[in-house]
Amino acid sequence: MNHLQLVLSGLFVGSFYALVALGYSMVYGIIKLLNFAHGDLYMLGAFAGFIVLSVGAGALGGGFIALIAIMIVAMIATGGFGMLLERVAYRPLRSAPRLSVLITAVGASFALEYGIAVGFGPTPEVYPIGVQDGTLHIANAQITYAQLAMMAIAVTLMVALDTIVRKTRSGRAMRAISQDPKACLLMGVNVDRVISRTFFIGSALAGAAGVMAGAYYGKIDFLMGFIIGLKAFTAAVIGGIGNLRGAVLGAIVLGLLESFGGAYLGSEWRDVFAFCFLILFLTVRPTGLLGERVTERV
Amino acid sequence: MSKGKVLLEVRDMAVSFGGVRAVDGLTFSVHEGEVLSVIGPNGAGKTSAFNCITGFYKPSRGSVTFDGTDITGKRPAVIAASGIARTFQNLRLFGDLTVLDNVRAGMHVRIRQNFLDAMLHTPRYWRGEDTAAEETHRWLDFVGMAYDRTTQIRNLPYGEQRRVEIARALARRPRMLLLDEPAAGLNHGEKDQLLDLMRRIAALGIAVVLIEHDMGLVMEVSERIVVLSYGREIADGTPAAIRSNPAVIEAYLGAEDEETRAEAERIAAEAGSRGTAEVEW
Amino acid sequence: MNDESTLRAGEKPSAYVSAVEEHTSVNTAPALKGAGISASSRSAIGGGISRFLASRWLGLGAAIAALALPLISSSTYVIQIAVDALIFVMLAVGLNIVVGYCGLLDLGYAAFFAIGAYTSGLLSTQFGWPLIATVPVVVVAAIVGGLLIGGPTLRLRSDYLAIVTLGFGEIIRITANNLDFTGGPNGLYGIPDFGDFGLRADIALYWITAVVVIAAVLFSSRLGRGRIGRAWRFVREDEDAAEAMGIHTYRVKFAAYIAGAIFGGVAGVLFAAHQTAISPPSFNFLWSALILMAVVLGGMASTPGVVVGALVISLLPELLRDAENWRYLLFGLLLIVFMIFRPQGLLPARTGEPGRRGRRAQEGAS
Repeated sequence: MNHLQLVLSGLFVGSFYALVALGYSMVYGIIKLLNFAHGDLYMLGAFAGFIVLSVGAGALGGGFIALIAIMIVAMIATGGFGMLLERVAYRPLRSAPRLSVLITAVGASFALEYGIAVGFGPTPEVYPIGVQDGTLHIANAQITYAQLAMMAIAVTLMVALDTIVRKTRSGRAMRAISQDPKACLLMGVNVDRVISRTFFIGSALAGAAGVMAGAYYGKIDFLMGFIIGLKAFTAAVIGGIGNLRGAVLGAIVLGLLESFGGAYLGSEWRDVFAFCFLILFLTVRPTGLLGERVTERV
Repeated sequence: MSKGKVLLEVRDMAVSFGGVRAVDGLTFSVHEGEVLSVIGPNGAGKTSAFNCITGFYKPSRGSVTFDGTDITGKRPAVIAASGIARTFQNLRLFGDLTVLDNVRAGMHVRIRQNFLDAMLHTPRYWRGEDTAAEETHRWLDFVGMAYDRTTQIRNLPYGEQRRVEIARALARRPRMLLLDEPAAGLNHGEKDQLLDLMRRIAALGIAVVLIEHDMGLVMEVSERIVVLSYGREIADGTPAAIRSNPAVIEAYLGAEDEETRAEAERIAAEAGSRGTAEVEW
Repeated sequence: MNDESTLRAGEKPSAYVSAVEEHTSVNTAPALKGAGISASSRSAIGGGISRFLASRWLGLGAAIAALALPLISSSTYVIQIAVDALIFVMLAVGLNIVVGYCGLLDLGYAAFFAIGAYTSGLLSTQFGWPLIATVPVVVVAAIVGGLLIGGPTLRLRSDYLAIVTLGFGEIIRITANNLDFTGGPNGLYGIPDFGDFGLRADIALYWITAVVVIAAVLFSSRLGRGRIGRAWRFVREDEDAAEAMGIHTYRVKFAAYIAGAIFGGVAGVLFAAHQTAISPPSFNFLWSALILMAVVLGGMASTPGVVVGALVISLLPELLRDAENWRYLLFGLLLIVFMIFRPQGLLPARTGEPGRRGRRAQEGAS
């Protein structure tokens, strides 16, 4: 068993999970909503990139510059859609029972999946961009340049997000709202706008991951967000849901676990392994690696 | 003036939240059938103490003994089943359910019925349900709930909801009832009815422990008053003794501020003559 | 004394904050006034319909109609889709216990359906057990599955349960797909039925299914009205208040989850007998989602609503063939629209007092 190879592929998969998990965790942290449709926003991002590529394939050419350009367009589109989703489906229910909001999120997920299935047909689409492949050898393991580049993009986005949340005014507003939305409202923070912005950023990150997945795997379909949504949630829980650095940590841990688990148990058991781990984690340490114990007051 | 034997004994209880010691070495006891008020400035730890006693917070130190049994850190349901019922500061009723169903919640642990009884509607099922329905009405009559009892609780006016919450707690047939600011938001007439209701509850032999800011009400109804400040007991005695206790006035207002101290003395005097204005300290 | 003032601010929120809080509180009458008027006029109509639907005569009529169906039309096609619809009704009333009564969102309900179908399929095809003999084992298997998932997650916040059950659904499906003795992706085939009792085989199965499902509907409705059903509702409405009344909320949630699991498992046996062949794709997330939609659209905690919801969702494909994706898109959008504008569903649960108790209650009130 080539352990270094397993580590590298674990890190690669983990960086995808991280981009999706971040949005999950951000939204949860700020309005305590499990956005089931988050994985589908990742799928939507892949399709947004697909549309851009299909329309402007000639003008853009191939290569990473094109990929990044497409990614930016897809991020804006997905982010915008995330905002719309919050505005239309979640905001009217902000003071409704938790169950109603969860069910709405399931409905949104369903509508997104089958909306795409209606628009593009249920069969997978071939992504019309491939990334040129060269391979970098490290000791006895290898990693493609495409993988490296995508990891670099993912890391850049994560660092950017971390900076936004820690350094900017709206980042401060986000952290404040996650502590106490009512107090923020009273202090004159435009809570609605900050929540919208959170949805935009979270969805845009998922969209970026979608485009990367499309370019890397070469195929996209309307259900591609389902499993990754579950995985991203698992990553967020492992790291401590609501904690952004935790989400990245959890995603890397999950990527590595899957990589090793898949190698030792057989790749067909990878998903089962990951979900069993989720259940185990919730039993043993529901607050996650970096989460704090919270006493809920009566 | 204490009557009966000790029912609840709280010893050196403490709990803190993120460095704030809400309750800090609290010791006090409640005797069978007495009416005891717990007063103190906001933030003195009254509600936190209630929550520790009823199991909603786990005390980090100390012990709670009820009727000779140690109930420290037990699950709220277990503590409730052992004979302590409570109401909440901000009403916690089952909003979508009917008045009757809300009160039946209090009887849950006493109704004997298993899955098969419910599925097959055995005679035991009907016996249980009929007795429960009758008793529900009796408790609602007891608290003077005159509205339609088959409507959803959320459609009732606030004062009626307060009554239903007390009826629900009574339906638990507790030996001790903890009331957390039952007069908050009530008008004059309703407060008088509440006073009467508390006396009738005590007459049933149920110990009543009251957290309340309305000093008029407290002085009128209590046999004994426990004063908390910074999570500790600073005074314990009859209403008359508490009213003239300088430590109490000090705790409420601090010593520096002349003007507010004068205000406190005025309020204390007014409370003595059963003033009904709600005092926000 | 700065400390004191911060403490005060901590315990008692300012009037403004209280005002904001009141706006969201379920118990506060003024906040409801605006919405209350339109809600009550709407529920007057819905309430009338659901009172009619909840009447014991209508339930009896529906049961008789279901039993009489083969006498009215015995075409293989009609019997076929009627069995499908009845099984779906059973799944919906089972999930209604978990979601409707107890307020726990289970997104992997098909897992219990799969456990039931596979357990009875395996025992009957590999070990030659008669199908009826597999039922106790199915019940035990469903309970074990419920313990494994419910045990850790029912202690946590309710939204964790939703996603864990979603994962559980996938675990069961993928496991069935990967293992050899479950037939892998091909699944199991040649599952026997319960016997034909001298009737046409599909009609015999229809009657057995009808009897089981009618019993299931009756039992779930009665459970919902009894002591445990009230406890489920208390937990759904306010866990802390339920605990304060001596209700062990963890056990109560467990009871709901396990009861739902048993309903799902037994429905799985009927499904295996009906299909004679089962394979992993029959138990994917789509199934779980459709069952949930039947419960939500019909009316959570309302037995007539859930039954009607299940019939609509299971019979709709027969009317709208070749529009599968459109249909699912519509379901998704309907879920959102319902949660925003009519969370109580098409035929909401009644809030009054049922049956014998109702009359007594009215006397008491006057």
